[in-house]
Amino acid sequence: MAIFKFFSPYLGMKLESVKELALMANSMRQDVVRMLVSAQSGHTAGPLGMADVFSVLFFHEMSYKPDEPGWEGRDRLVLSNGHICPILYSAMARAGFFPLEELSTLRKLGSRLQGHPSRAKLPGIENSSGPLGEGLGIACGMALAGKMDKSEWRVYCAMSDGEHQEGSTWEAVMLAAKYKLDNLVAICDRNCIQIDGGTEDVMPLGDLAGKYRAFGWHAITVDGHDYGAIMRTLHEARATKGKPTMIIAKTVPGKGVSFAENDYKWHGVAPKQEEAEKALAELTEERKKLEAGQ
Amino acid sequence: MKLNPDMHLLDPLSPDLKKAATRNGFGAALAEIGAQDETVVALSADVSGSVQMSEFAKKFPGRFIQVGVAEQNMAAVAAGLAYSGKKPYIGAFAVFSPGRNWEQIRTTICYANANVKIEGSHVGLDVGEDGATHQALEDVSLMRTLPNMTVISPCDFEEAKKAVYAAWKSPGPFYIRCTRNATPTFTTAETPFDVGKMNLLCDGADIAVVAAGRLVFDALLAADALSREGISAAVANMHTISSPDASLLEKLARKCGSMITVEDHQVKGGLGSAVCEALADAYPARVRRMGMEMKFGESGKGSEVMRKYGLDKDGIIKAAKEEMGRKKQ
Repeated sequence: MAIFKFFSPYLGMKLESVKELALMANSMRQDVVRMLVSAQSGHTAGPLGMADVFSVLFFHEMSYKPDEPGWEGRDRLVLSNGHICPILYSAMARAGFFPLEELSTLRKLGSRLQGHPSRAKLPGIENSSGPLGEGLGIACGMALAGKMDKSEWRVYCAMSDGEHQEGSTWEAVMLAAKYKLDNLVAICDRNCIQIDGGTEDVMPLGDLAGKYRAFGWHAITVDGHDYGAIMRTLHEARATKGKPTMIIAKTVPGKGVSFAENDYKWHGVAPKQEEAEKALAELTEERKKLEAGQ
Repeated sequence: MKLNPDMHLLDPLSPDLKKAATRNGFGAALAEIGAQDETVVALSADVSGSVQMSEFAKKFPGRFIQVGVAEQNMAAVAAGLAYSGKKPYIGAFAVFSPGRNWEQIRTTICYANANVKIEGSHVGLDVGEDGATHQALEDVSLMRTLPNMTVISPCDFEEAKKAVYAAWKSPGPFYIRCTRNATPTFTTAETPFDVGKMNLLCDGADIAVVAAGRLVFDALLAADALSREGISAAVANMHTISSPDASLLEKLARKCGSMITVEDHQVKGGLGSAVCEALADAYPARVRRMGMEMKFGESGKGSEVMRKYGLDKDGIIKAAKEEMGRKKQ
């Protein structure tokens, strides 16, 4: 039996229904658990928490050609908090960038799926990341290039809340507002955890949406597990002219795996075999409910 | 001293030599290539005038990005522009870029082999009055250890222009080290410039002086003075510090038996270290490294500060004589 089950064949059509997007997110969560237990290292909480956002981005929102990763007209996804890359790899595999089986090579010698993503190694990866506080700057550079060339494509930047403690993030926030980069939308995974504990204990971030508004951005707070709301805010971002948009996606870290949810200790560890089996059983149960339309 | 005719140099002793800073050469060439190539863009961190990007910014306002006092972001934004088909040139004082933004340069530029060109201006003790905080003496070391990075230290205005053209024609990251003060322009448009190839400015049999940046001129003056005292000194300009010209270094080491490296940089990690690494592989030889002796600088006129720390014509003459004395022992 293949490790990775191809639950939802994606044929390049944009998924429109909440049920389809939820099934895709469920498949990706199972991928993440299988990848991490196979790698025996990596980050669990973030990828599980962002599965719903990635489902909408890859299978509803963005335009791209998996068989032509360098297609000039593609929308660009910059992953700033590179440690959640298992969810990016899963989305890319399910979109057809590379075979699903390759997911099992994560973090292993010779793999294109590096522990933190590498632009130089895997076509379709827009930026190398892992060091925090850099992705938004890169996204700004891309958006500036798009503006100079009057291009139609858009730039999406997935970020963490913790990396807002990096001063360089705010350098980019100022630049995006100054240059009115309305072709840029950032999505912050507001899961309120980081390696050493809760964000508000380690270094309080407070009202991030308010901070972005004060810096000249359009900012929206949304439930990061509500597909309809995510789709609506991305549409709102598209319609917002003259300023960049920040979507603060409130998420549950470890979402879908009960024992990992909302526990900061799952930020940077992988599940053990027994834990993975328990997690997959929960996700399979969830899938049955989704399929039954409950 | 007999200058190598293949180098098409002006007489270093001529009182008519024009003076200009290497940062001006960088800026002049940037404006020239900007006119030829619409994908060239420039970014500066609130020092566009100082790093001589003003002309580019005036001519091509749509392709000049003012990032403010934010060197880390400047590197990341440049990477994003490069990933999208632009050829970004970023400029700031070297203590801040590549000093402050080293990790952004490593991850977003070098790891991706992105086509970003970095101008680090106001390097070395040459900066003078601003003092130690602004005298970048570690920048070559920081950049030289990064995979994919080409490090160029131009010796004068003319060579700085050539470095910008060479970087433009060669994809991948470049670091071009520029100085604040005007120094004599002694190379010409005909002087060869090939990345990774050292220029032998004058040949010699007794001692080889390998220099980079503004001190190449001082090395020539020192060689001339030494020749009048019967010491035959070779002078080589190692403008590309990231890839030492091992064959010429070996040739000089074999011929002269003694070598001096000269740079406006700490003695650890820069040109001297690069030469020693190359010779350790090719032909182990004695190398005396002249530079800042692992200290911080101080305020004063650039030339005064450099003189105080032995980095001028007289310092090179003194070192050469000491090395000649050592050889005789």
